[in-house]
Amino acid sequence: MAAGNFEKYKSDGSIGGNVLEWVDARFPATSMYKGHLSEYYAPKNFNFWYFFGSLALLVLVIQIVTGIFLVMHYKPDAALNANGVPIAFASVEYIMRDVPGGWIIRYMHSTGASAFFIVVYLHMFRGLLYGSYRKPRELTWLFGVGIFLVLMGEAFFGYLLPWGQMSFWGAQVIVNLFSAIPVIGPDLSIIIRGDYVVGDATLNRFFSFHVIAFPLILLGLVAAHLLALHETGSNNPDGIDIKENKDENGIPRDGIPFHPYYTVKDIVGVVVFLMVFSAVLFFAPEGGGYFLETPNFYPADPLKTPPHIAPVWYFTPFYSILRAMVWNFFGLDAKFWGVVAMGASVVIFAFLPWLDRSPVRSIRYRGPIYKTMLTIFVICFFILGYLGTLSPSPMGELVSQVCTVFYFGFFLGMPWWSRMDKFKPVPERVTMK
Amino acid sequence: MKKFLITLLFAPIMAFASGGNVHLDKWPGSVSDKAALQNGAKLFVNYCLNCHGASYMRYKTLTELGLTEQQVRDNLMFTSDKIGGLMAVAARSDEQKLWFGATPPDLTIVARARGEAGNAGAGADWLYTYLRSFYRDPNRPTGWNNVVFENVGMPNPLWQLQGQQVRDHESHKLEMAVPGQLSPAEFDKAVSDLVGFMVWMGEPQQEFRRTLGWFVLAFLALLFVVSYALKKEYWKDIH
Repeated sequence: MAAGNFEKYKSDGSIGGNVLEWVDARFPATSMYKGHLSEYYAPKNFNFWYFFGSLALLVLVIQIVTGIFLVMHYKPDAALNANGVPIAFASVEYIMRDVPGGWIIRYMHSTGASAFFIVVYLHMFRGLLYGSYRKPRELTWLFGVGIFLVLMGEAFFGYLLPWGQMSFWGAQVIVNLFSAIPVIGPDLSIIIRGDYVVGDATLNRFFSFHVIAFPLILLGLVAAHLLALHETGSNNPDGIDIKENKDENGIPRDGIPFHPYYTVKDIVGVVVFLMVFSAVLFFAPEGGGYFLETPNFYPADPLKTPPHIAPVWYFTPFYSILRAMVWNFFGLDAKFWGVVAMGASVVIFAFLPWLDRSPVRSIRYRGPIYKTMLTIFVICFFILGYLGTLSPSPMGELVSQVCTVFYFGFFLGMPWWSRMDKFKPVPERVTMK
Repeated sequence: MKKFLITLLFAPIMAFASGGNVHLDKWPGSVSDKAALQNGAKLFVNYCLNCHGASYMRYKTLTELGLTEQQVRDNLMFTSDKIGGLMAVAARSDEQKLWFGATPPDLTIVARARGEAGNAGAGADWLYTYLRSFYRDPNRPTGWNNVVFENVGMPNPLWQLQGQQVRDHESHKLEMAVPGQLSPAEFDKAVSDLVGFMVWMGEPQQEFRRTLGWFVLAFLALLFVVSYALKKEYWKDIH
């Protein structure tokens, strides 16, 4: 149900009522509240997997609020201080030690980065389970893929800011990848860095991107994602269109108002999420060396390359796909094809609505082929992620090549195998299981 | 297919094997032992802070080890006259580079930096083993080498306490050639205290962080009960 079709508020004569009537005459307050919350009808059969959308929104807020406070004390400066330490690196330790409550803000932000990707990956997996990307929700899905891409950029830029060894060398490796693009590559990588090497210019522009440009784009895309979703209405675990079965008032029989039903339900999800989040934040803020990589506790040193440069865990599946490309096709460097494969492995999600040809949306009514393919895909994603944390090895290379083939096979073969499956009949009404 | 499955099966094992590091002794200490941390602080300012800085750390923070400001001033403050000053080092880094071949790294968060992926606490074990693994090596400019950190630039800073070890050519085992001021057991305890101090210094509020964590989790557990009851109440008519 789109916003804007609701009657304006008529005051009951109270002061609050008069104010609301005044506002409503000038701004769609009641209309937006009803359209997006109290009269937005969501299917009543949402299960566990439907918590992660609201949780992603929560983590976004956590990142923005903690980020605001971090910027008050952080200094994007690669110059060395009197003790020979880069000012940016020292300012992070200053936040951790000398700013009251600074450590908790910083750990919230660093844990939040990993939490963001965990939540978003689970949110995307939900889409794969129940066919949420299918018609008519293609645009919701596309905005979502855009959010994922921007989020990756946001995380990449942010990771440089502490100016530790892994920040520096990770950025060095990734920016150098762009130089593998024919013709424009070398100049492009200089534009990204702002210099011939990763340095103060890079730190300052990444700071600008991380704090201003990308959060703005992210917020815009999130708004578009939600507006598109509320235009079509939410999918559900049965993959049924609840709007096809409405009562005499035009309300879907299987729909319930988002507020209060899903607000109170999502609060439970938020509390459980915060328990997991706090367990990491207070008892293992390094996330076992995966959320905060231990070499990043050394300040950036352009003269000392770490023995093993590993991206943060949320990039490792794509990093493995990059490393899996070792052949020089068409006279172009293998590194270039690695970049192409890595880019394609992310962007290919955008094509899902048109690759999937099954007559049903939800995995509940699909057959063994989809279940097998999805399982293999997830296993490959985990293996690629694991291999990406390790130093290169011949065996790792072979395994990641096999997994890369399965990864792309899942998408590229989908127009055929998604049609061949055995399907179960889809019920008329949603099921509460 | 068979080869693929076997590869999958062994990938993690091979990954660990490729690490191939020296066996590290487990650090036996704890960051809640205040007396040990105070002893570690004393060792640190006497034996480490001459060349290495701890430049993110303020002297005042040492009072969290149960010391008064006056005790810190009298016993631990050698490089600053302000209690709020940083534990920086006077030696100039370019000179040190000439002497040792590399600037001695800042040690404030070295215990965290020496951790590993999958075992963030391994930094303490590394330091505990490293500081006990020096041996005499005439081929090195400083006359010292180290089992854990081969061809290290730093000579054994604790040699007066530990004595001088040599490495047997065949067995590669370390043997005590010249005993030091402390017995091996006393020395192990001293190094453990020193490592404890460095672990604590890496994050001085870490004990408070964990304590606070229990309160936060307890609050959230309570909130869970309330929010779950609220959800149940609202949803009782939805079937």
